[in-house]
Amino acid sequence: MNSGNASGIRARFRIDYSGFLLDVDLDLPGRGVTALFGHSGSGKTTLLRAIAGLEPAPGGRLAVNGEVWQDEAVFRPTWQRPLGYVFQEASLFPHLSVQANLQYGQTRVPAAARRVSLDQAVALLDIGHLLGRKPARLSGGERQRVGIARALATSPRLLLMDEPLAALDHALKQEILPYLERLHDELDIPVLYVSHAPDEVARLADHIVVMEGGHAVANGPLTDTLARLDLPIKLGEDVGVVLDAVVTARDEEWHLAHMDFPGGHLWVRDQGLPVGHPARVRILARDVSLARAPVTGTSILNTLPAIVVDSVADAHPALTLVKLRVGESLLLARLTLRSAHALELTPGQLLYAQIKAVALLG
Amino acid sequence: MLGDSDIAAIVLTLKLASVTTLLLLFIGTPIAWWLARTRSPWKGAIGAVVALPIVLPPTVIGFYLLVAMGPNGPVGQLTQSLGLGVLPFTFSGLVVASVFYSMPFVVQPIQNAFEAIGEWPLEAAATLRASPLDTFFSVVLPLARPGYLTASVLGFAHTVGEFGVVLMIGGNIPDKTRVVSVQIYDHVEAMEYGQAHWLAAIMVAFSFVVLLLLYTLNPTGRRR
Amino acid sequence: MHIGRSLVKNAFRLPALALLATPFASAALAAEVSVAVAANFAAPMQTIAADFEKDSGHKAQLVFGSTGKLYAQIRNGAPFEVLLAADNETPARLEKEGFAVDGSRFTYAIGQLALWSARSGYVGDNPGVLRQGTFRHLGIANPRLAPYGAAAVETLTRLGLLGKVEGKFVQGENIAQTFQFVATGNAELGFVALSQVYADDKLKGGSAWVVPARLHSPIRQDAVVLVKGKENPAATALIKFLKTDKAHAVIKSYGYAW
Repeated sequence: MNSGNASGIRARFRIDYSGFLLDVDLDLPGRGVTALFGHSGSGKTTLLRAIAGLEPAPGGRLAVNGEVWQDEAVFRPTWQRPLGYVFQEASLFPHLSVQANLQYGQTRVPAAARRVSLDQAVALLDIGHLLGRKPARLSGGERQRVGIARALATSPRLLLMDEPLAALDHALKQEILPYLERLHDELDIPVLYVSHAPDEVARLADHIVVMEGGHAVANGPLTDTLARLDLPIKLGEDVGVVLDAVVTARDEEWHLAHMDFPGGHLWVRDQGLPVGHPARVRILARDVSLARAPVTGTSILNTLPAIVVDSVADAHPALTLVKLRVGESLLLARLTLRSAHALELTPGQLLYAQIKAVALLG
Repeated sequence: MLGDSDIAAIVLTLKLASVTTLLLLFIGTPIAWWLARTRSPWKGAIGAVVALPIVLPPTVIGFYLLVAMGPNGPVGQLTQSLGLGVLPFTFSGLVVASVFYSMPFVVQPIQNAFEAIGEWPLEAAATLRASPLDTFFSVVLPLARPGYLTASVLGFAHTVGEFGVVLMIGGNIPDKTRVVSVQIYDHVEAMEYGQAHWLAAIMVAFSFVVLLLLYTLNPTGRRR
Repeated sequence: MHIGRSLVKNAFRLPALALLATPFASAALAAEVSVAVAANFAAPMQTIAADFEKDSGHKAQLVFGSTGKLYAQIRNGAPFEVLLAADNETPARLEKEGFAVDGSRFTYAIGQLALWSARSGYVGDNPGVLRQGTFRHLGIANPRLAPYGAAAVETLTRLGLLGKVEGKFVQGENIAQTFQFVATGNAELGFVALSQVYADDKLKGGSAWVVPARLHSPIRQDAVVLVKGKENPAATALIKFLKTDKAHAVIKSYGYAW
């Protein structure tokens, strides 16, 4: 058996609880953010805990970037795995100050293995002003930032995040997301990110594993996987694609930004990103409508020529989901079955995709 | 007022209670930890044995200890074969008996404290590279501090108040086994009610102060 | 006078008791008497009470305890009507303090002291084993509290052995506890009541030296009628019964003199 590629995370677990079976065999990239996405009860947290060694998984195998953490012969207990773990509710030790919480993990890492300094972690999460406080005197968002910084300060070779935003309300989520993005951009630590929130995944992940009933039903790069027609049902209202784009121009008069993506370009609301800056945009299937010819005299800003690839029945019998190719990129559109019929949809057909809304994901 | 033998009894009692409490904190910690964490089917049985002194009349415990630690009892055989002689009528014997007798009052508060801590701090510490032993000292003990305070106070106070057991195995030897509670009993039996009142009042005051300290130093409801 | 005042006080309480007792007394002459009994006399008293109930038709309710405790309970209003103490001081004291009926006091048994060991052959028919002093612990009842303890100390003093063995004393709070120390072997030997180790005119087990009565002042166990039992015919009957040959035979068979 293959035990540990030189790079990447190889995880094979079979955990049989009465009434629930986690059975996965995954090859995950050794860099970037991998989302473990699924509904509650799909087994994503159990998988994360097994990877951390918190869930006993006899017979499991795990290798991280060439280092075996667990197989038939080896079982490293959690404290001997160089990982960082961010819990759903920041598990700060109540008897220690923020500073002491941060130092708790760091001082237990041999000096030679320290790559992230305390100052760096503090700066990254912007918690310098909180160091003297006790956890009881922090807000939920502050606690979670300290929790993340504490995990980073151990210079982990793998960062595991278990729905770190789930316990926070929308505003606090928005407060934390930028920090997570900085993490993504500034540190070269592979992250496994458990989430059931499509917007978080769309914004943060490079790679996605879709979990259902204890199995991984999809595993691939985010953009490709989101456009797969056999999966969207699980995403519900949030079916859509994510495109990696670059700002190419800014229209100061109308406060719009012009963005290129592989195979086309879009106008989006200008959010101050400079020209040349890469950014993610997300286009939901329900915001895309189709026409046989380019429509004039419409309020819609973005119309892209697109080739029909395939279509599939959607969650509701009245609806259908259409996969389209725009240059090298993919797009999903949600139509009523009746409209699809009127358009006489066939694979290879050229249509015009009218995009009502584009979300710029920072 | 208090006589010399009363003072000697008070000193001996404090010594007995201190030694017993200290020993119990050491012995009780692993027992409490095991009881708090185990899923073993033996948990119920061990927990019940620890709790026995709460329900058994002290004289019953004292009598069985007297038999067990006597020259023909199993404990007595063991101590004799170890060259320690037999324990009844010695200070060590009182300590052993008190450890057994006050055990639940130390183990249970610690066990409750351990249980209240829950799983998450242990898991968090493990993800921060702390070994289980390290976790115990750096996380569990500090978080269980209120439980330890309660355990120490209850263990100490309960040993001070112990009477039936001491009566059975002590032999009322001055400076060795004649503790305050026995001394009070002697005064009452000898109809020296004045001295009995004095000693009893001191014990009541002592117990009150101890419990007062416990309740003021140990505010409840401190969780994360 | 102190006694006079107590009697006056008690005179007020009595009518109520008398009223309660009347129906029984007049109906069948059968009344009930509540008896506080020193723990060491528990076994013979149970036999005696059974005989008494059979012969008289009265009922005797027995409560056992140490004499000191019974004394404290009586002083604090316990409803006992007769006390069978383990000593002669307590009944005298109760009488002086007005809790007992004047002139009702008498010696119902005389305790015999024995030096006893649970091991057979350990104690010979003399105090030789005390002279040798090869034991670690000598069980003795607390001499301040228990008449048998005081008698033991007196005996040792007469024998000139007190200084030699005093350091080996282990004290029971009462004679029953002292017996436990010796019976479990924790003390190799000890001074106990003969009644504890004696039945049917012989030793139940172990070895013993019955201490001659001349070596200590007699261990008188006195009985007294308490003020609450003054008007109770069953109390009077019980006192009478304790003085019969029938009762004496029982008392003797349990290792007491009288």
